[in-house]
Amino acid sequence: MAGLPLYAQLINLLAAILLLLAFAMLTQRRVLSLVNLFAAQGVALGVSTAIVAYGTGQGHLYASAALTFALKVCLLPWLLHRLIRKLDVKWDVEGLINVPTTMLIGIVLVVFSFNLAYPISQLASTVTRATLGIAMASVMLSFLMMITRRKALPQVIGFLAMENGLFFAATSATYGMPMVVELGIALDVLVGMLILGVFFFQIREQFDSLDLKHMEKLKEGD
Amino acid sequence: MIEILAVLGFPLAGAALLVVIGERRVAPTVNVAVSFLTFAAAVALTARVIVDGPLLVVITDGPLRFLDHQFFVDSFNVFLVALTAFVGFTTAIFSRPYMRIEQEHGRLTAGRLRLYHSMYQLFNCTMLVALLTNNMGILWVAMEAATLTTVLLVSLYRTPASLEAAWKYFILCGVGIAQALFGTILLYFAAEKLLGAGGGALLWTELDDVKGHLEPTVLSIAFVFLLVGYGTKVGLVPLHNWLPDAHAEGPTPVSAVLSGLLLNVALYAVVRCKVLVEGSLHTTFARDLMMGFGLLSVVVAALLLSRQKDVKRLFAYSSVEHMGIITFAFGMGGPVANFAALLHMTVHSLTKSAIFFTVGHAAQKSGTQIMDEIRGLITSSPMLGWGLILGTLAILGMPPFGVFASEFLILVTAMAEQPWATPFLLASLGLAFAAVFSKVQPMVFGESTAKRLPVRPAMIPVYIHLALVLMLGLWIPPFLAEWYRQAARLIG
Repeated sequence: MAGLPLYAQLINLLAAILLLLAFAMLTQRRVLSLVNLFAAQGVALGVSTAIVAYGTGQGHLYASAALTFALKVCLLPWLLHRLIRKLDVKWDVEGLINVPTTMLIGIVLVVFSFNLAYPISQLASTVTRATLGIAMASVMLSFLMMITRRKALPQVIGFLAMENGLFFAATSATYGMPMVVELGIALDVLVGMLILGVFFFQIREQFDSLDLKHMEKLKEGD
Repeated sequence: MIEILAVLGFPLAGAALLVVIGERRVAPTVNVAVSFLTFAAAVALTARVIVDGPLLVVITDGPLRFLDHQFFVDSFNVFLVALTAFVGFTTAIFSRPYMRIEQEHGRLTAGRLRLYHSMYQLFNCTMLVALLTNNMGILWVAMEAATLTTVLLVSLYRTPASLEAAWKYFILCGVGIAQALFGTILLYFAAEKLLGAGGGALLWTELDDVKGHLEPTVLSIAFVFLLVGYGTKVGLVPLHNWLPDAHAEGPTPVSAVLSGLLLNVALYAVVRCKVLVEGSLHTTFARDLMMGFGLLSVVVAALLLSRQKDVKRLFAYSSVEHMGIITFAFGMGGPVANFAALLHMTVHSLTKSAIFFTVGHAAQKSGTQIMDEIRGLITSSPMLGWGLILGTLAILGMPPFGVFASEFLILVTAMAEQPWATPFLLASLGLAFAAVFSKVQPMVFGESTAKRLPVRPAMIPVYIHLALVLMLGLWIPPFLAEWYRQAARLIG
């Protein structure tokens, strides 16, 4: 790594942290810690975007770094904390099945993502191209998290973490999407979160719980 | 330009207005009026395109400069815009008495109607943005927004089943659409090398110009993600799980616009992507994928049709089947198959929404959506019964309705170009006919169990839709046929 400038090394470090956080989220049982991990992922994402902006002189990336901080470090975790307080699920612990198996599947997914990303990152001219595999891996891990969770809130956090991974992919492959698209995506995420907030209360009112195991009435073929 | 702003502005302003109007009794009428204005604007836009040809918005200065090159109307999306605005309008007419009856039956409070009306308009707006935009990124944003606006509509009744359906809808479509975002990022990544960074590299018109030089490896990976992503919204098997639940548990007007419009818009996104990928790859990769997914959807949906007990689920699976047929036809490609696919998009949308209109009232009359308990519609209300039976015959591909014409063209092309697929298609169509007709026939004829409805249902939209489908089976207006031909050439 001697040839790499300092900022590129920093980005690689942050990418590694992002991946670690994705693994941590995969096995975290407590909802509250999950939100904090999500916020930490937001910090890593924002800092790395800002470093890319500084290192490559891409001015508009400062704006998206600021957007990341505002949305994913401040606003969304705050909304989630509020939601947890209001729903009173602060101490909810989820019984995870088979943590070692999940971890192993996660590792397989990481290997798969690196393989899939390899031909693409070969074509990329950005300094951050090595992190594309990590971005794809964190998308896959969040996906896995959504599949393995049985409660509504962790599923949503998995969904948001997946968006983090996608955002990171956009930064590492192309120095970010055009601003208008990025703003649109941010708006969608925010509106989605607000709608979900409303939705959680509806679910709770109806089922007295946010556990999705009550929700298996609708089956194919009936 | 002014027409495009009107088409998008009316539903957006209407949504805000309906929030303000809230629970007052005029709200449903205002909803119809706003939908009518949107439709009128869409007609004006269509007329403009008939006169002037394809339209790319170019604004070099002024306050609207940020919209430069952002909207694009060609022969492929113009008829979909008109269709979306039209079905949006007729569904608003249908929903006026329908929602009032629901309210009288105690399934809804007046407060929820405020949510329903404003979300309905917002949903129309997002679909029109998705159709009119020239920017593949904005297309994604609009598709996601369309999901978000309908989540709360699906759970409008707040029953356990409707909440479950809405949750499934949100999570599955959310995950799907995230895959599509990744595909869009990859598309941008490939395009940025040729077109430079910035907004230009996601504009469809620019991408179309350089599609031959886009990096094939990246585009083939991108297409897989885009097809899976938008395909979830189209309801392609095995990503269709949300669709029957959302259709069965949401209010019927929402089922009608989901089936009639949203699936079309999602498929439109897939086809736009396919044009680019095909231009870059020069192989049959994209075609094979689409044919595979399409055929699988047709076969699986046809097999599941006979197991349905709920009438709205039955027709939801029928939508999966028809979307499969259209995807398969686009996958085959060529002038005839594309023409037929575009025609099928139009007639399926009209027929399926008409069927949902009749099914909604039939369920209200019988107090249930279970087919075994709905009997003798034709004796208690002939208009409703005839509407349902004619709509069912139309959707099953009976001549002289338009669905017959498009399915016939698709089958003929399949026999010539993909003979291996024809037996699967024919068997599925036969199975679907047997399953659907044998279930709908006793609902329409026989001893009546139906109650009277407190408000007269609006049956006009049903017959207007069916008349249009009949017309398209016998005679396609020359300008529409010309659009289909041009779009078919464009899709390749």
